[in-house]
Amino acid sequence: MIGIVGYGGYLPRLRLSRRAVVEANAWYAPGLLGKGRGTRALANWDEDSLTMAVAAARDLLGPADDRSRVRHVLLASTTLPFADRLNAGVACEALTLADDVQALDLGGSQRVALSAVAQALALVKAEGANTAACALVLAADSRQTRPASAQELDYGDGAAALLLGSQGVIAEYLGGCALTVDFVDHYRQAGEDIDYHWEERWVRDEGIGKLMPRAIGAALAQAGVAAAQIDHFIFPSSFQKMDQQLAKACGVRAEAVADALADSVGDTGAPHALLLLARVLQGAQPGQHVLVAQFGSGAQALVFRVTEAIAQFRPSVGVDGWLARGAEERNYTKFLSFKDQLRLERGMRGEQDRKTALSTAYRHKAAILGLVAGRCSVTGQVHFPPSRISYAQGKPLQDTQLPHKLADRQGTVLSWSAESLSFHRAPPHHYGQVDFDGGGRILMEFTDVAKGDIASGTRVEMHFRIKDLDELRGYTRYFWKAVPVRSTGTPTPKAGD
Amino acid sequence: MAAGIKDKVAILGVGCSKFGERWDASPEDLMVEAYNEAMADAGIAPEQLDAAWFSTHMDDVGTGRGGTPMGIALRLPNIGVTRVENFCAGGSEAFRAAVYAVAAGACDIAIALGVEKLKDTGYGGLPVTTPGTLIPQWYPNAVAPANFAQLASAYQRRHGIDAALLKRAISRVSIKSHANGAKNPKAHLQKPITEEQCLKAPTIAEPLGLFDCCGVSDGAAAVIVTRPDIARAMGKRDLVTFKALQVSTSNGWEMHSNEWDGSYVHTARIAARRAYAEAGITNPRAQISMSEVHDCFSITELVTMEDLGLSAEGQAVRDVLDGVFDADGAVPCQIDGGLKCFGHPIGASGIRMLYEMVLQLQGRAGPRQLKNPTIGLTHNLGGQPSQNVCAISILGLEGA
Repeated sequence: MIGIVGYGGYLPRLRLSRRAVVEANAWYAPGLLGKGRGTRALANWDEDSLTMAVAAARDLLGPADDRSRVRHVLLASTTLPFADRLNAGVACEALTLADDVQALDLGGSQRVALSAVAQALALVKAEGANTAACALVLAADSRQTRPASAQELDYGDGAAALLLGSQGVIAEYLGGCALTVDFVDHYRQAGEDIDYHWEERWVRDEGIGKLMPRAIGAALAQAGVAAAQIDHFIFPSSFQKMDQQLAKACGVRAEAVADALADSVGDTGAPHALLLLARVLQGAQPGQHVLVAQFGSGAQALVFRVTEAIAQFRPSVGVDGWLARGAEERNYTKFLSFKDQLRLERGMRGEQDRKTALSTAYRHKAAILGLVAGRCSVTGQVHFPPSRISYAQGKPLQDTQLPHKLADRQGTVLSWSAESLSFHRAPPHHYGQVDFDGGGRILMEFTDVAKGDIASGTRVEMHFRIKDLDELRGYTRYFWKAVPVRSTGTPTPKAGD
Repeated sequence: MAAGIKDKVAILGVGCSKFGERWDASPEDLMVEAYNEAMADAGIAPEQLDAAWFSTHMDDVGTGRGGTPMGIALRLPNIGVTRVENFCAGGSEAFRAAVYAVAAGACDIAIALGVEKLKDTGYGGLPVTTPGTLIPQWYPNAVAPANFAQLASAYQRRHGIDAALLKRAISRVSIKSHANGAKNPKAHLQKPITEEQCLKAPTIAEPLGLFDCCGVSDGAAAVIVTRPDIARAMGKRDLVTFKALQVSTSNGWEMHSNEWDGSYVHTARIAARRAYAEAGITNPRAQISMSEVHDCFSITELVTMEDLGLSAEGQAVRDVLDGVFDADGAVPCQIDGGLKCFGHPIGASGIRMLYEMVLQLQGRAGPRQLKNPTIGLTHNLGGQPSQNVCAISILGLEGA
């Protein structure tokens, strides 16, 4: 049996109020006022598709040190930060995977995540039945949109992760279908930031309405499952009621249609089908059938049957957990600034060069990308970054440090401040010293925080984020930041609250 | 322990430019101001200088690197000029080198001069710097106020002190320095301030407001040192000699162990202990007449009072509010206004502290003159609380 052995998701903390958006633009686009309901997920300035993919992977993999079963990493997105530098390779470093993993980036369509799952299933099948080897599919998007467009309201940012394997399968793969058709409902030429869309009515009728039933029908036939047997029907679309209409056209029961999270998250793009799948699986019962489909340059559908092992797996936070951690954001200009649609005055301090010495970065990649410290094997003291000589009062020890991972350890704030002097994209700039459980101390930045969130003694967890953007040379550098531990958070306010 | 430098080196002359936003002066001009005053005070000719040490911190603004800026600006007689840089403690390093050269007998007379031209950046606050190629890849793009502000959160936690009380105490630190600076014609900031102004000022780095931060100033200071016997032979009286000169540099303990609690400066305590031993001081609060400490931020001065043993652990808030460190208190601190109001031209600050000590010990401090001080302490801190260089000097009249 091959299929899904784990799932995870990630949603950024910020949830932009759509009402704030439509009201800001009402002078120009009053026609959008009707869309001013609910929120959409908004990546912080220091999040991109890569950091969100890593967050989803960590949601799936949990804090376990041994990740050796992950043999393949497929990163699916249409908004990866690097066109030529393996983004999946950065994710592997952040996840401290061994370097003999096969990793690749996939893009090109909105259904790329499902294509990646199909490829991952093929890879797992090729590994043979008697192996723990798994293929990790990561999907993420953080799309740019034009101010006062419908997409600005419809889209959201997020990521999902799916682990495929043959041992401990929680949802067995039964069958699937992919159609490759150059139906251009929208496109984004290389080098451009923003999608260009054709008329919705044509896309509904001629595209989704004709191609999706073919793919879904073929997938069901291969799986040997009748449409009426589907318990969870996942088809993300920003078009209103499109999922319901498609389900009906395919003979799937109306109550099987999964909530597309349009009110709270929006359409996250490539990861959206897997994000909804991760949410569905968290509540699924053994024996249930799940159909997950996505549209883009053709159509793709996959059918799974939930197994008894479903109860054995839990993501660290889970999609519902991330949903609960949301914080409503009503600043439209913050959204525009984070999405590079509005250039705010930075002052002269913003002129500081952020050049990255790549040779330095390579020497220290385990520390910087993986947050791996050095633990002295004699004293147990944890040093970050690792060093040849360990601190030991009166008798420095040499070459005694062993790698010690900090990313999955929580910490406590020792001291902190928040300043408004330096250029920072989300002021005030919070940073301070964090003492890690089990030893180690780093003076580091805090992110996803508002005034009052940090105090001496605050418990924090680590998140992989953008450290700096070198706009002069077009380079993003990454490091880890501390985020307050939020067990449940506060529910996102409903639209109009 | 080594014999130390107690009474082996005397100060022959001191000089200090007017500190402030010196739009009129280039760093070379500031050097000339300090140098002229120091040379006149010493009563020597340039040919009598055997060696020079030059302190300046910033590479991108000011004079540029190396010893040549000082050699050329002052047209020194081709003596060796060595640039030293050790963050904000660079000034102390410059005179430490000069003092050591004289104590070793390698030089009869040596000069140390520090200068910083901070106001050619185009913005307020300290200039932005780049610390190598590795640190920017993981370390926060931190600024000095937030590095030092962290002392406040840790101090509060350690001593269970209410945030509002601590804020009042650090405000009092600044109010005192402004009152002192108002009597110093060379000070950058010469206006007294009120508690209300302090508490209502815009926040720079939680919990520090504008008045909790020292002046970012242009300025230069110089000191000329020699052996006491040479000074006496030149007819000098009321000789001020070094009783102790100690520097302590972090070795990573603060950052690479989990033992330091962030509420004090570890190196300051070590340097103070060594300096007191060298100078023979056993009860600092009773024996020290005055101090010039590195009050880059009000909270730094407050914790420094404990680091130096001038306040007992956890008692600095009380002592500050009781006026112990005011001009008329038991141990006046920053009688010249300190970094807060005299100003903080980084490379010059350590030497500026000596300048005030000499004026006070020789009774030449004018309206701010203290009554019969005998022993003074300077504390010059470079870096940030978690990793730094701390220089402490103790000075006194010969025989004190």
